[in-house]
Amino acid sequence: MAENNRAVLKLREKFAASIIDVVEFRGEVTVTVKKDAITDILTFLKQSLQYNLLTDLTAVDYLGKKEERFLVVYLLCSIPNKDRLRIKTPVSEEDCTIPTASVVWGTANWLEREVFDLFGIHFAGHPDLRRILMTDDWVGHPLRKDYPLQGPDREPYKGRLS
Amino acid sequence: MANTETMTLNMGPQHPSTHGVLRLVLELDGEVIVKVTPHIGYLHRGVEKLSEHRTYHQILPLTDRLDYLAPMSNNLGYILAVEKLMAVEVPERAETIRIIMAELTRLQSHLVWIACHALDIGAMTVFIYAFRERETIMEIYEQISGARMTSNFFRVGGLSQDVPDGFVKKVSDFIDVMPGYLDQYEGLLTTNPIWLKRTIGNGVISAEDAIDIGITGPALRGSGVDWDLRRDTPYAGYEKYTFQVPVGEKCDTFDRYKVRLVEMRESCKIVRQALDKLKPGPVLADCPQVCYPPKENVYNSIEGLIHHFKIASEGFYAPEGEVYQGVEAPKGELGFYIVSDGGNMPERLRIRPPSFINLQAIEQMSVGSMIADLVAVIGTLDIVLGEIDR
Repeated sequence: MAENNRAVLKLREKFAASIIDVVEFRGEVTVTVKKDAITDILTFLKQSLQYNLLTDLTAVDYLGKKEERFLVVYLLCSIPNKDRLRIKTPVSEEDCTIPTASVVWGTANWLEREVFDLFGIHFAGHPDLRRILMTDDWVGHPLRKDYPLQGPDREPYKGRLS
Repeated sequence: MANTETMTLNMGPQHPSTHGVLRLVLELDGEVIVKVTPHIGYLHRGVEKLSEHRTYHQILPLTDRLDYLAPMSNNLGYILAVEKLMAVEVPERAETIRIIMAELTRLQSHLVWIACHALDIGAMTVFIYAFRERETIMEIYEQISGARMTSNFFRVGGLSQDVPDGFVKKVSDFIDVMPGYLDQYEGLLTTNPIWLKRTIGNGVISAEDAIDIGITGPALRGSGVDWDLRRDTPYAGYEKYTFQVPVGEKCDTFDRYKVRLVEMRESCKIVRQALDKLKPGPVLADCPQVCYPPKENVYNSIEGLIHHFKIASEGFYAPEGEVYQGVEAPKGELGFYIVSDGGNMPERLRIRPPSFINLQAIEQMSVGSMIADLVAVIGTLDIVLGEIDR
């Protein structure tokens, strides 16, 4: 199924060396790619395959579960073709930087600021990388798994044991 | 010699026309805007972080509080994402009631929009009228869920309970009179010279720019892009309904106003179709691993009580995987992206807030216009800070 997806076919043709994994779950196709080709792949998807709307850009923290700690996730949508595609790319904690997607879609500007704010992932080439939801002098990145739910300097949360 | 210095002006967070705690730092050349820098986050409650520490059922009440003017749309988006993850089928009656409530929610949200938007621009009467109609929808909310805003009515697999007697009549009566009220608003605004002067040519954003910056919902359709998730990627049974998707031409505040008004009329038609489809039947899927048991079982049998206790305390375990579900909320595409690692709580829950992304366009839409026009731009974007800050 996933192999017949129009975007997967084209990506396999053009960026075969950069594709790590292709998964289909509940009818949604996710392609995991290497970080160094991300800008080329996103540009190609927008310009040649009409994924003109960047629905969302976010990250997931896999602290202790995966070799490379973060996955940056791009949710793409094509208005002319009415389909969606999810691109993921791993980012390690040591080299916590990824090229910005704001050169491809303007939407990415604030979304990347939010990921920077809450996960501490840097976006190289971003025009205005500042915190957006937390205050400018905030220490730490709240959506990281090692950031305590109750906030810093407080007793850890013991309310739920399950 | 003319003074060419620009002036910096702070607007908000406590300002009557910023619709919540939005703070804008404006750079002005006289009365003309040179730069807008929004500062958000005053209402940040960490919903996404909290969700990683709650079971799937326990997250639902948090979603009411995102876009508090459209609680049931938020509930619907989240519930559909979880149902997709768990592959649960919903009974027909529950699906139909969900559509009725989702469309009433759209009406409700648009009523608050037209009320506040008109008030900001100086038309006070519409405000009073629109809130009068909104009150009826609030009463319907209260009748079925017990709460006027934080409804928490939908459940994974269906609804928390069936609707009470009199629900159908109340909704039906409301849908009958609502188009007449819309005519009233249009009579007050569409030909009003002040309204026209303030909205025509204000906040123009072309279709290409709108897509590039990620605007969705009525604001995108006002720019002439024919895109509605209810029709183009149907969910929750919308494929069974016929409705028009209004599209604007001139990409300005007036066109977005017209699009939303037509949308409200179409919502009335969808609700009417749904009422005609409504048949008696169960409102919760027969899926004991995921769903709460019926209340009479909980009160009358030990098995039911244990079942309720298990679902309420431990919840259910989701298969490993990730799903995204976008719904056409009143403000645009509201999406829930769930990453599950096989546990009873999500590994990550991402909310794609339409207002947050639409607000990004404020700079593009207002630079070069007067400071008073900025107020109209904020109104036409129809933002809710509860959703922006999460």
